[in-house]
Amino acid sequence: MNLVLPSYREQAPEVAARFAKLYERAVVLEVKELARRFASDEGTVAALEGISFRAHRRELICVIGPSGCGKSTLIRILAGLDEQSDGQMLLDGKPVRGPGPDRGMVFQGYTLFPWRTVIQNVMFGLEMRGHDRSTAELEAMEWVEIVGLGRFANAYPYQLSGGMKQRVAIARALANRPRILFMDEPFAALDAQTRAQMQSYLLQLWKQIDITIVFVTHDLEEAVYLADRIVVLGTHPGHIKEIVEVPVPRPRTREQMISPVFIATKKHLESLIHARDTDTETESLPPIRMTQVGDEVE
Amino acid sequence: MATADWFAVRKPLSPKRSNLLAVLAFVLPLGTWSAVSYLPFVWHPLVEVQKPGSVDYFVSGMLIDKEEFVAQNRKAAAAGHALAVGEPRNPIYLPAPHRVVRALYTAFLAPPRLPTEPWLHQSLWQSIQVIFWGFMLSSALGVPLGILCGTFAFFSKLQEPFVEFFRYLPAPAFGALAVAVLGIYDAPKIAIIFIGTFFQQVLVVANTTRKLELPLIEAAQTLGASKRQLVFKVVVPGVIVDLYTDMRILLGWAWTYLIVAEMVGTTSGITYFINQQARYRNYENVYAAIMLIGLIGLGSDLVLGRIGRHLFPWRAEAQGAGASNLLRLFVPKRARRRAAAGVAA
Repeated sequence: MNLVLPSYREQAPEVAARFAKLYERAVVLEVKELARRFASDEGTVAALEGISFRAHRRELICVIGPSGCGKSTLIRILAGLDEQSDGQMLLDGKPVRGPGPDRGMVFQGYTLFPWRTVIQNVMFGLEMRGHDRSTAELEAMEWVEIVGLGRFANAYPYQLSGGMKQRVAIARALANRPRILFMDEPFAALDAQTRAQMQSYLLQLWKQIDITIVFVTHDLEEAVYLADRIVVLGTHPGHIKEIVEVPVPRPRTREQMISPVFIATKKHLESLIHARDTDTETESLPPIRMTQVGDEVE
Repeated sequence: MATADWFAVRKPLSPKRSNLLAVLAFVLPLGTWSAVSYLPFVWHPLVEVQKPGSVDYFVSGMLIDKEEFVAQNRKAAAAGHALAVGEPRNPIYLPAPHRVVRALYTAFLAPPRLPTEPWLHQSLWQSIQVIFWGFMLSSALGVPLGILCGTFAFFSKLQEPFVEFFRYLPAPAFGALAVAVLGIYDAPKIAIIFIGTFFQQVLVVANTTRKLELPLIEAAQTLGASKRQLVFKVVVPGVIVDLYTDMRILLGWAWTYLIVAEMVGTTSGITYFINQQARYRNYENVYAAIMLIGLIGLGSDLVLGRIGRHLFPWRAEAQGAGASNLLRLFVPKRARRRAAAGVAA
C-alpha cells in the first residue's frame, strides 16, 4: 500500500491556521543542536546528534522513534538527569542545567515514595521548596482532587493500581507548578484499557491547566492521539527525521482513531520509523515447515 | 497459591503445613536428643556401677566404659566371684532433656556457691548490657557511615577499602590489645563486640543503601530536592525498613561475639556462669545457659519484628522475614488479621 500524505497545510486550511496560531505563542523550551556521546572501548559513540526543536506554550509534543534511538536519553537530558555533550537548552530563553523544579518529570515506573501516602507524595516538591506543612498540604490536596483521588489521599502507594499510581505521579509533578512537564513512556506499563483511559484523561487535564508537555512514547497511536506535533527520531546516531504536525482536529476523541486523517498520519509515521536504515531486520521468516500438508490455518 | 506438592519449587506451602514444619523444626532435634537420652540401645557408652561385686576398684556410682565393665565381669565370672551390677548411662556432658529443662528453672533459684559469685540473672544482665552497649556504639557510628558510603561515591571510595581489609581481622585477636588499652572490666568486652560488628555493619548498611532505586532519587531531584534533602527525605526513609532488618541480623552477629568478648580480661557474664558450672560438672546448667542465650536472641528478634510492623505500615508485609513462621505460631490469628486490616484502613 502506498499512502503518501500530502502536506497537511495544503490539505486543510483550518489545520494550517491552527499551527500558525500555535507558532505565535511564546517558546517555553528551545533545544539547540543537542548531542550526547558516550565513551566506549571503540572510541566515542554518538547517541544523539544535532537535536533542535522548540516547544511553544501549552503545546503537547510527542517524541517517537525505534528502540535505541535515544528518546529516553533525550528526555533525561531535558529533565537534567543526564548531561549533554554538546548543545544547549533554553527554558523561557534562559539556559538550564541539572534537574530543577521548573521542569517536572513523570517516569514509566511511577517512582512514588512508598513510605509516603498519596497526599504526602504530592506535597513532596512543595515541602522541598520550603512551604510549611499545612499550606503544602492544602495545595497538594487540591491536586489530589484534580486527579480524582480525593478518596485515596491517605492511602499508601502499594494500595493503589498502576493507573492510580501514575495519576499521583502526575499530580506530584504538577503540584510544583513546573513550566514544562516531561513524560517518559508514562503509560507503557499499564494494560491497554487503563492506558486508553489515562490518555483521554491526560488530554482533559492538559486542556485545563497552563502546562507544556513533552511526551516520549513508542506507541504511534498514542502519539497521534495526544500530540500537536510529533518529533520523529531515527537511529545511529539518534537524530530528528521529521517533525510531524498532526492534522487530526481537536478536541480529540477515540472515535477519530478510525478516521482517514488519523490513519494516514499513523501510516506516515510508520513509514518514517520503519524506513530501511537498519540492515539487521528481515522482511519475513524463512519458509521452514513444521506441520503436515493439509493442516493449514489460513 | 499453595499446592498439594510438598516439594514444589518456589511455591508457598499451606499455612497448616508451614505450621507443622515450624513445629517439626524444634521437635526433630529435640526428638533426637530424647532418643539418645532415654533409649539405652541408641548410645549409652558408659555403665554406672550400682553394686561393685568382687571387682576391687569399682565403687558404687562410678561411671565406667562398657567394654571395661563387661571385661571385668567376665574375669569375675571365670574366677567364680560375685558379679558387678550396673546400668547403661550417657557421658556426664550429655544430660537428658528433662534435667536441662529443670535446670532452666533451678539455675535461677540456686544461690551461687561462693558469696562473691553472681546469681544467674546477674550474669545474664551483665551480658545483655555488654551486648547493648557494644551494639549501640557500633550502630551510632556504623549506620551513618554506611548510609554516607551508600549515597556518596566519595565516602565509599574513602572508607570501604580499609573496612574491607579490617573486617577480615578476627575481633578476638584484639583481646589482649583491648585489655591493655581499656582495662580488664566491661570496656574491652564492649570493644570486642564493637570491632566484631562495626566493620560488617558499615558494609551491610552501605550495600542496603545502594539498593535504593535510583529513579526515586531522580524523581526527588526533578521535584527540587537539595542534596541534604535527598539524604534525609529520600535515602533514609527509603532504606529504613531494610536497615531495620539488617540491624536485626547484625544483632544476632553481636551475640556470637559475646562469649569471646566475655573471656577477655576478667571472665564475666553468662560466660563466667557457663565456665563455673562446667568446672562443677553441672552440665545441665551449662546447657540451660546456652539455651537461654538462644531464647533471648530469638525472643528479642520476635519483639523487634513485631515493633517493625507497627513502625513501617507501608511495608508491613515485608517485615519479619526470618521469624514470620514462628510468629505465626505465637500470635493469634485474629490479632494478625486485625493488624492487616489496620494497614489497609
